[in-house]
Amino acid sequence: MKFLRKKVDKIKPHFEEGGRFYFLHSVFDGFETFLFVPDHVTKKGAHIRDAIDMKRTMIIVVGALMPALLFGIYNTGLQHFIATGQAQEFWPIISYGLIKVLPLIVVSYGVGLGIEFAFAQVRRHEINEGFLVTGMLIPLIVPADIPLWMLALATAFAVIIGKEVFGGTGMNILNPALTARAFLFFAYPSWMSGDKIWVSGMMNGEGIVDGYSGATLLAQSATGASEFVNGLGEKVSHLDMLIGTIPGSVGETSVIAILIGALILLVAGIGSWRIMFSTLAGGIVMGLLLNTFAVNAAMEVAWFEQLMIGGFAFGMVFMATDPVTGAQTNKGKYIYGFLIGFLAILIRVLNPAYPEGMMLAILLMNVFAPLIDHLVVQQNIKKRLKRSVSSAKS
Amino acid sequence: MDKTIRIRKGVDIDIKGKAQSIVIADHNPELFSLKPTDFFGLVPKLNHKEGEKIKQGEAVFFDKYRPEIVFVSPVSGVISKVVRGDKRKMLEIIIEKSDESGKVEFNISNDDLKDAEAIKKLFLQSGIWPYLQQRPYGIVANPEIKPRDIFISMFDSAPLAPDFDFILNSSKEEINLALKTLKLLTDGDVYLSFKKDSRLVDLIENKENYKINYFSGPHPAGLHGTQINKIKPINKGEVVWTVNATDLPIIGGFLSTGVYNPERIVALTGSEVKEPAYYKTIVGADLSQFLKSKLKTDENVRVISGNVLTGSNISHSRFLGFFDNMITVIPEGNKHELFGWALPGFNKLSLSTTFMSKLFPRKKFAPDTNLHGGVRAYVVTGQYEEVCPMDLYPQLLIKAILAEDIDKMEQMGIYEIIEEDFALCEFACTSKIDVQEIVRTGLNLMIKEMS
Repeated sequence: MKFLRKKVDKIKPHFEEGGRFYFLHSVFDGFETFLFVPDHVTKKGAHIRDAIDMKRTMIIVVGALMPALLFGIYNTGLQHFIATGQAQEFWPIISYGLIKVLPLIVVSYGVGLGIEFAFAQVRRHEINEGFLVTGMLIPLIVPADIPLWMLALATAFAVIIGKEVFGGTGMNILNPALTARAFLFFAYPSWMSGDKIWVSGMMNGEGIVDGYSGATLLAQSATGASEFVNGLGEKVSHLDMLIGTIPGSVGETSVIAILIGALILLVAGIGSWRIMFSTLAGGIVMGLLLNTFAVNAAMEVAWFEQLMIGGFAFGMVFMATDPVTGAQTNKGKYIYGFLIGFLAILIRVLNPAYPEGMMLAILLMNVFAPLIDHLVVQQNIKKRLKRSVSSAKS
Repeated sequence: MDKTIRIRKGVDIDIKGKAQSIVIADHNPELFSLKPTDFFGLVPKLNHKEGEKIKQGEAVFFDKYRPEIVFVSPVSGVISKVVRGDKRKMLEIIIEKSDESGKVEFNISNDDLKDAEAIKKLFLQSGIWPYLQQRPYGIVANPEIKPRDIFISMFDSAPLAPDFDFILNSSKEEINLALKTLKLLTDGDVYLSFKKDSRLVDLIENKENYKINYFSGPHPAGLHGTQINKIKPINKGEVVWTVNATDLPIIGGFLSTGVYNPERIVALTGSEVKEPAYYKTIVGADLSQFLKSKLKTDENVRVISGNVLTGSNISHSRFLGFFDNMITVIPEGNKHELFGWALPGFNKLSLSTTFMSKLFPRKKFAPDTNLHGGVRAYVVTGQYEEVCPMDLYPQLLIKAILAEDIDKMEQMGIYEIIEEDFALCEFACTSKIDVQEIVRTGLNLMIKEMS
């Protein structure tokens, strides 16, 4: 450790003001603080500070995404092997999944961090850790076969338009990862919807078993199928939905993997339990309402199945809980979460053109979160005002 | 009438070095200092030049904009040095003790203690007045405004704070005299807030004259801000006073003897102190010699006059602050830590459950002054609310201050807070934002706007 520190101290002057590589000082700083927690001490206010910082917060979220990612790698391979009718052996499945998924991660991080570094440099601030999470979320919410240049474009769009134009991490209005997905959804709909994109290898169509259908359960529900079937026409059990061996975006199919992530976030106190809980409640309420007044097959999909298919669970745990774009007050979080769950199922069922209601519901509520907070705070303000008027009278 | 108010939000930060309940010795140094920086919103003007003699209780400086408020010397001696900082800002006036100069003595008759105007005059002339702090703004009380109420917290819940039951126990007479006198300065009530199960309440005579409340729960239960907010919040246009319980003996002592003699029992605490205990000393006392024999090491430590959350850094000029009843010494944290953000962290003090140290809830920590990360924009929400029991939205109020939105600040409750009320928020902040400084900026802005 001493050795490493000495090395860093030795090259540090080159990156400081007047040094040869001053133009790279933010990048250097980023790497230095990655290696070492800085030796900065408190100068004002409280002399001791909590040991937590943004890096640790973000890295725990990335850690919570790992189960979903690992399962996503497996499932990408598995779906491909089912579709092509090959023997389902573990290691070939994993290696196929890795070949498909790793490039997505590399592109997402490469493009996003590159832009982050550039902005940090120009604006002369430290590099924000926010993208560590965004960069992991983006590959998990796209189909495995998405062309890498599209992903790069979407990531750039999300970071620049979704975040940096507002002032960087902490200032953005919309969740950047969902901004990337929305960009892809509207710019390249043929790569983000339909029956072929969700199973790796179907777009180029080679070696696919005859009669195999890659429709997701969500798509099946929207088209009014009476029961969920897999690509070969066999019935999909609830256990399959929980485990996640169904077609879909890379990281969003496995409810169990997502719940492990949720547990990590809740134990660490980083994901808001208020938002997760109320999103779930909103989804259940809408699901039950639709079931009660069901007039078509889409509305008849059982409320608990609604929670297991599509991006509902993933959005609930990892997207809705984004503290920057969500409601900030505790009361507001309940309202915000509830409306996300409620609207997600509503959009999904009543507007089959946009089966992925979760994404739209969260983006919509991102926009309304400040309004919700405003209303909550207004209550507090009114109370204070009333108190002040009544004390002036007495 | 007595009731216990339970504080739920907040946290007791358990750190090493709590003072044992013994008063070890008197500490009577040669040098003393008065720090204008202990008082906010003050423009100090000197009454004396360097080298001039000064009596105990004689005015050293006064407030330029409220010249009736004077700050007096704690001892008789000679003004040895005036320390100035940037832009000639007066930081410290150092007084060298010598008994030749004498004392200022007041003849206080019993009649004087029955008339509010006479008491006010006496307090202003004698230098007792600055012990009366007002809210809003957390400044020395404005003599022209009669306060709605006076609030006195009879315990301190801050980390390693001295035990008031122990240090006030021997000052029964002075405390009662001070309380009786303060009661005359308001048309409202004097609120005394005790810790639940505190025996200090037995010291109080004529309890029916005061409003007595009990508090339980974690820090900041002992702060005036919390107590006022729970008992009778401050509204726009109202002024209340707060007095530190540990200053009551000084006020009472003055009233009974006519001499300003600011003796105080202080706790010497913190992980770098050999034997944490109590010492009797005088406001403004020089601690540099005193600390030499009391610390485990004098290298790379931070000496704080006050507690770790709100105290002032006196590492380089070691004098006890005007209001402080404790000294805390902790290690400096000016070291790099390899992958510190990723390690399990068995020794990390944190409110979050992201460190392994959470597995040992009874563990006491010896935190250093490291910031533990870089300063960032706000990302995490809800953290401040967890440690702030007041009925307001701390993070949004801070944002209103940053935006300099006067109306919003007022609506969201800036009149009810001073820096210390948000100190725990600052401690907890993931983004390492200097919350207390922002609060002071906001208060200064309000003072400017409202005058």
